[in-house]
Amino acid sequence: MTNWTLALPEIVLAVLGLGILLVGVLRKQDSTLLCTMFTLGALLITALLVLTRSTGFAFHGQMVKDAFSGFNQILILSGAALSIILALDWNRAQGIARFEFPVLILFSSVGMMVMAAASNLMTLYLGLELQSLALYVLAAFARDDLRSSEAGLKYFVLSGLASGLLLYGISLVYGFSGTMDLMALRDLLAHPANATAGLVVGIVFVLVGLAFKVSAVPFHMWTPDVYEGAPTPVTVFFSTAPKVAAMALLLRVMGTSFASLVGAWQLLVIIVSIASMILGALAAIGQSNIKRLMAYSSIGHMGYALIGLAVGTAAGVRGTLVYMVIYVFMTAGAFGCILAMRRQGKAVEQVSDLSGLASNDPFMAMAMAVFMFSLAGIPLMSGFFAKLYIFLASVQAGLWTLAIIGVLTSVVSAFYYIRVVKVMYFDPAGERFDPRPASLTVVVAATGLFTAFFFLFPAPIVAAAQSAAGVLFH
Amino acid sequence: MTNAAGFPILSLITWLPLVGCVIIMMVRGDEETIASNARWAALWTSLIVLALSLVLWVLFDQSDPGFQFNESVSWLPEYKVGYKMGVDGISVLFVLLSTLLTPICILSAWDVIKVKVREFMLSFLILETMMVGMFCATDFVLFYMFFEGVLIPMYLIIGIWGGPRRVYSAVKFFLYTLTGSVLMLLALIAMWVHAGTTDIVTLLHTPFPASMQTWLFLAFFASFAVKVPMWPVHTWLPDAHVEAPTAGSVILAGVLLKMGGYGFLRFSIPMLPDASTHFAPFMFALSVVAVIYTSLVALAQEDMKKLIAYSSVAHMGVVTIGMFTFNFQGIAGSIFQMLSHGIVSSALFLIVGVVYDRIHTREIARYGGLGDRMPSYALVFMLFTMASVGLPGTSGFVGEFLVIIGALQVNFWLALLGGMGMILGAAYMLWLYRRVIFGRITHADLRSILDLSPREWAVFAPLMVLTLWMGVYPSSFTSYFDASVGAMVQHHTAALATTTKLAGMVH
Repeated sequence: MTNWTLALPEIVLAVLGLGILLVGVLRKQDSTLLCTMFTLGALLITALLVLTRSTGFAFHGQMVKDAFSGFNQILILSGAALSIILALDWNRAQGIARFEFPVLILFSSVGMMVMAAASNLMTLYLGLELQSLALYVLAAFARDDLRSSEAGLKYFVLSGLASGLLLYGISLVYGFSGTMDLMALRDLLAHPANATAGLVVGIVFVLVGLAFKVSAVPFHMWTPDVYEGAPTPVTVFFSTAPKVAAMALLLRVMGTSFASLVGAWQLLVIIVSIASMILGALAAIGQSNIKRLMAYSSIGHMGYALIGLAVGTAAGVRGTLVYMVIYVFMTAGAFGCILAMRRQGKAVEQVSDLSGLASNDPFMAMAMAVFMFSLAGIPLMSGFFAKLYIFLASVQAGLWTLAIIGVLTSVVSAFYYIRVVKVMYFDPAGERFDPRPASLTVVVAATGLFTAFFFLFPAPIVAAAQSAAGVLFH
Repeated sequence: MTNAAGFPILSLITWLPLVGCVIIMMVRGDEETIASNARWAALWTSLIVLALSLVLWVLFDQSDPGFQFNESVSWLPEYKVGYKMGVDGISVLFVLLSTLLTPICILSAWDVIKVKVREFMLSFLILETMMVGMFCATDFVLFYMFFEGVLIPMYLIIGIWGGPRRVYSAVKFFLYTLTGSVLMLLALIAMWVHAGTTDIVTLLHTPFPASMQTWLFLAFFASFAVKVPMWPVHTWLPDAHVEAPTAGSVILAGVLLKMGGYGFLRFSIPMLPDASTHFAPFMFALSVVAVIYTSLVALAQEDMKKLIAYSSVAHMGVVTIGMFTFNFQGIAGSIFQMLSHGIVSSALFLIVGVVYDRIHTREIARYGGLGDRMPSYALVFMLFTMASVGLPGTSGFVGEFLVIIGALQVNFWLALLGGMGMILGAAYMLWLYRRVIFGRITHADLRSILDLSPREWAVFAPLMVLTLWMGVYPSSFTSYFDASVGAMVQHHTAALATTTKLAGMVH
């Protein structure tokens, strides 16, 4: 029984994507707006299909639909939708408004949804490559801009390398275990005798490949350059949906197949997590470009999110999932503010360009301050809760080192987040920014409200993460 | 949900200022309209909150040592964290202190703050929510949220409306207190994991293993000692005070410093009795150094605000001595001293603000002979100088006296050295008073200086009344916390006895 209906959301999204592509190609006049709207519609339809999902295995165990995949898919779709909305006016102003943009994001989302639902190392790889191919093009989307082309090329080369490592790891795992099915691997590894050295080496390669995708130290080198070079809406996308998808993969692979080998990979994840937190905190201090600052910030945040994996318990996974939800919305919001930084039609991206924003545009300054305080993890903002759940899980598991380094790096990183607030509120007013398009205002207001008032309604999101995490780490 | 007031009064007091914020944010019009509306909206909101908090004052059952006006709503059921509010004898007066000082601050900033008035008022109302919420929270996570949430508005208040070195001071304030707070967060999580709940009432009766207590105590110490502030982590305070606008200094000295003392009383001492006893000599040593060293430093100051900032450190040193005596007089004295200091030092910062608004300098040498031109000012200044020195009949005396009685029961030298603060305090305060008020007018611009305006009288009057009231009839305040402090001392003695008994069984 192939039970392909379980994969209906992915199939529908892919088919709709092809349809939108046809519309864009065949229509004579510019159809960017139309395609964008269609894409948003397609994402919405897919989200509804995901929400009304049934659970089970599809395609002979190639894909799995459960609470975990559903949770991540919804988050991926939200990240994609936010990026598309934020891109709408920005791309037009930059003269790079083409209908391929939403379509590429759509196809990349299909890949990520497959990643989140993969139950076989081969499916996992296919999904990963589908999302990466779209991302290469997106990074170089401003093709006349040298920095953007460079970002695309850089991402292509390094991501290709990481994919190679991942594939190598997969082949090792397959070679030493004889299966690529995640469930079969789990059953196999339940007997410690089956955990041969070659298999463990394979796991390490898989881990490295995926660590690249979440841009964890020491596989983070591409992040600042790609974040800075890519058109900002693409950066928004890079920093939200693919991170969720890669983190979901990491959790799924490590949490189901290799869960019984936690002793073998835990230390590795701990080191990667600590290195990411420390680098994210220290390297961002010297940044004057706000996109680079956000890049280092995202490296740091992935370090925190990885704590949940390092802990290797359901509570840890729950923490990571809640972290990702909060992270996606506050990052998208912060980038929404960054996208509004535009003077005389030209995008500016220095931190100092925000000087005195509080006088020129109190709404945007307040929203940006909310995002910065949230990224720093100050209560009552949502970022505090993200860290709280993570630290709670790590202390519960007795991993005090992670918790202590985590809180200390969050103080260090608070320094550069509050510096942004300082520039906006304490420095003399600079030249005004161009009027904000309504689409930015809507996204910034919505994500800002979510970030500031998360403390009123944490229960539903935590409960959803709880049931998603329950699938892994039985 | 049943409580003496019949409605969730604590939540109302906590969150009402945010309603004021919404109203202020909705004001439209030119800058002048916005400023004026923001001022009035903020003042009315804070006055309504003050009026509501007086309900607590009236309905509070003084014989009950436990939490009253309790509220409990499910919040994070998976984590056994609830939205829980309640006040006991220790916290109720701090709630009142916060709600009293907020309208006073708003009034004092009335036409002093000229830029971004709307944002200033918003910050103050948010700050009020955080302060009141912190004193009312009976769930540790909730407490922590408010405790750290205070940083955001205070950072903005210092950084936007502060003096020339405001950015440095604001960032220093933020990072110092944040470092302390995050260590407390770890302690919070450790207790949470150990006890399985963050309900403060449950935690108060949860015994923690002795080795764990040591670490928890150090983590709490990191947070509360910075807030109090205790020597040697007090260095953010003079900077923050000097650069903050007057209203910011008032709330900083009046309430924010008390958050540290309150934290010790609420968490360290009752929850970690063994570690508190173990570390008491250490705390005494730091406090005595704070009392004597910062008093001497205060003597050498040339900036009025800095002098009062250092005197705050010294006075809070007396508070921490009182707490760690673990006897009734010591703890009651430290609470009283915190309340008294909350009023007196706030008033002193306002007094500095009065002349700063007129002459725009805080340098002591720029003043002299003000008694001639500003008799009312001299009178007000005199009263609060005396209260700060601890003259009998003012609020300052009662607290210090009780603490010294408490300290005498522990150690004579502790009481003697702690008492030195009163002598040195008299020296620097009276000297300050002499240099500012007496003598001849030597600076021309002081000849035309104006005496207190009606608005300024309105600011000082309630503080003067309270200072005298607390000094002359202290039992109308001590009666609020007598029962709670009594229960706390009893609990502490019992906990220590258990530990000793256990240790005896082992050996």
